Amino acid sequence: MTQSLIQAKNLWKQYGDNVVLERMNLSVKAGEFITMVGTSGCGKSTFLKMLLGMESPSRGELLLDGKPIPAEPDQSRGIVFQQYSVFPHLNVLENVILAREFERSPLFGKLFGKARQQVIEEAKSLIDSVGLTQAIKRYPHELSGGMKQRLAIAQALIRRPRILLLDEPFGALDPGIRADMHQLVLQLWRDHQLTVFMVTHDLSEGFYLGTRLWVFDKLRRDNQAPNAYGANITYDLPISRDNSQAKTLLASLSQEAH
Amino acid sequence: MKRLINLTPGKPARLLLGLLPFLLILVIYMIASDARLAENANDKLLPSFSQMGSTIGNLALEPSKRSGEYLFWQDTLSSLKRLGMGMGMGIAALIGFTFGLATGALPLVRAPLSPLLTVISLIPPMALLPILFIVFGLGELSKVALIVIGVAPFIARDIQRSTQEIPLEQLVKAQTLGASTWQLLWRVLIPQQLPRLINSVRLSLGAAWLFLIAAEAIASTDGLGYRIFLVRRYMSMDVILPYVAWITLLAFIVDWLLNLLSKKCFAWHHQENGK
Repeated sequence: MTQSLIQAKNLWKQYGDNVVLERMNLSVKAGEFITMVGTSGCGKSTFLKMLLGMESPSRGELLLDGKPIPAEPDQSRGIVFQQYSVFPHLNVLENVILAREFERSPLFGKLFGKARQQVIEEAKSLIDSVGLTQAIKRYPHELSGGMKQRLAIAQALIRRPRILLLDEPFGALDPGIRADMHQLVLQLWRDHQLTVFMVTHDLSEGFYLGTRLWVFDKLRRDNQAPNAYGANITYDLPISRDNSQAKTLLASLSQEAH
Repeated sequence: MKRLINLTPGKPARLLLGLLPFLLILVIYMIASDARLAENANDKLLPSFSQMGSTIGNLALEPSKRSGEYLFWQDTLSSLKRLGMGMGMGIAALIGFTFGLATGALPLVRAPLSPLLTVISLIPPMALLPILFIVFGLGELSKVALIVIGVAPFIARDIQRSTQEIPLEQLVKAQTLGASTWQLLWRVLIPQQLPRLINSVRLSLGAAWLFLIAAEAIASTDGLGYRIFLVRRYMSMDVILPYVAWITLLAFIVDWLLNLLSKKCFAWHHQENGK
């Protein structure tokens, strides 16, 4: 099991009496694209936060490369949230080079002259790959929702994290723009050899993007105490482009949802 | 006919309507002043504009017989020095910003300092003025200290609140980009709080003027507040009224300049919020 990147061993998360996740055991290899779906409050975002280091496990272990995952966010795991992911006081270029400035200027996090020029060159190719070259001098409030998310992705990738976490990144976007973003994410996933964890509430998006789909739900229910039992991954589906099992599940789950 | 709430004046009409109350006040004053002066030419309560003009002209353009200073400008300069220019408001802004940022951004600093800050901001600063006079004497220091004590806690609490309002997502994102606490403060929080500091200073300038004039009235030998309280003994409304108008104008100009500075330096902030 040494080659698995992320591993959970009997992982629990609870807030007081409210059990959110229970008995989670899983293992993820580098290069997988995992999509997570489930009803709201089923713990998929909590799991993402634990991967990020914003929350720590109540019981059990969550391992990165066989070691407990760092208990605070760091540059090994990039994140794109649904909103507020970019810095409003910096333009597109400044937003993207910021990570390199943090890395190379420990005191003030600001580069000048040659060092800055070097970083700008690197950032420009990344900005180009997400299609924002035209908007390089614009501030976030001058960008559309889709462009902001493109910027957030470019910003997250400049330090080449191995893991990219996406928390409903396209939830607020129009369908047409969403399709463009899907192509972009798949492209970047291949080019940067990322391991992606993506929370989504759109099941077809989950099937389309992922190599593996997790459905979060509660295995046990107690109607008198709805918080007594936590959720777990009830379906763990490897996805290939024509997966009949997946299609029937998609049909039955989307019926349930309506 | 549309409903009243849907009727909006056009741009020229709005300007005209905005000026109307000022004109009305002026006209009412002129009528009242004329009526009183017609009855008694030596009436001091409502001097005419020409009387006020010649009095201020004397104060502003002719050196005082006793000290040889141009009193009007001397008063203005002294007051502005105490208020701004690296003194009162400057120190208050610096202290308020530092404390507000530290308590807003660092829970370990917030825990011990936030309750203290709340209590300090509840002390009426004027009640401390005697203590300041006792400790710092009657000189400049006690007046500047009053402004600092009166304004810094307000700025600190305002900045603390707006720092805590920065979305958690931004702080997490900065950390995933590798930022240390110090870098996060320097590149993410401080630049976003600077326009809010300017706004906070603008909001607290009214209070600062109050403290300044009060301190000058009680113990001073020059300044705008000193002068109006001095001439009160002679019922010199021809000095007091123009001085009040002048103080109001100065306050307006300072406010306008700060707004201009904010819009020049932090265009992203104003465009983002549609201001």
